[in-house]
Amino acid sequence: MDNLQSATGIRVPIANGEAIVSARQQAREVANSIGMSTNEATMIATAVSELARNIIDYAGEGELIIDVATNGAQRGVLVIVCDQGPGIPNLDDAMLQGFSTSGGLGLGLPGVRRIMDEFDIQTSRNEGTTVMVTKWKR
Amino acid sequence: MIPILQQSEILIATVESALTDVDLQKLSKALVGKVGQSRARGVILDLTALDVLDSFASRMLRDLSDMIRMRGAETVIVGIQPEVAFSMVQLGITLENVTTRLDLEEGLEYLNKASRNGRG
Repeated sequence: MDNLQSATGIRVPIANGEAIVSARQQAREVANSIGMSTNEATMIATAVSELARNIIDYAGEGELIIDVATNGAQRGVLVIVCDQGPGIPNLDDAMLQGFSTSGGLGLGLPGVRRIMDEFDIQTSRNEGTTVMVTKWKR
Repeated sequence: MIPILQQSEILIATVESALTDVDLQKLSKALVGKVGQSRARGVILDLTALDVLDSFASRMLRDLSDMIRMRGAETVIVGIQPEVAFSMVQLGITLENVTTRLDLEEGLEYLNKASRNGRG
């Protein structure tokens, strides 16, 4: 993930609730542009909503990148969210269903992992968190 | 701002576009207040036009339903789209203790019936 600066795709700065709405609308448009079903597009939009909210709740601000992913003939939607926040102190706990430190539902990351096909997270203390998820078109 | 209509003892709020967290909080506050002013028995929140319900919005809906109940009225959420329901369940979101009905018509029928039974 060292090449984030050069990543292509739509960049959405995330710092408030309007940005969450904008990010999920743009994710839906990218999903539609490669002919994904309404179901798939809605799952991606929901995942984007959760990930963008994590940025606001835990890091205050960050960035979300949405792009078309390709793997041979396969196409999908790639979403990268990154922040320079405090990082996630105990990633294993955060990935457990029901765990949350913000008084939320604690469904964010495990739920997002369940609705996307690929899920990768890197976090380091006081340096921030990057989550990279992909959903492939069926 | 989302308009709140009143039909006899029922308040109806129809969401017509994507909701930000702030919009949802404002609507919630307005509904909880208006239940008292209008002496409503029921509240219908029509989410037909909503394309995403994430964990935050779901928690707001549960809280709204609880607050309205504390004010002596009942909330019915209507119009959750099939793909929205699908994504919510996949994500692990439930709407426990929140009454839902297919659409506005079903919601009105439910509240009218509950109201008749309540004062039978």
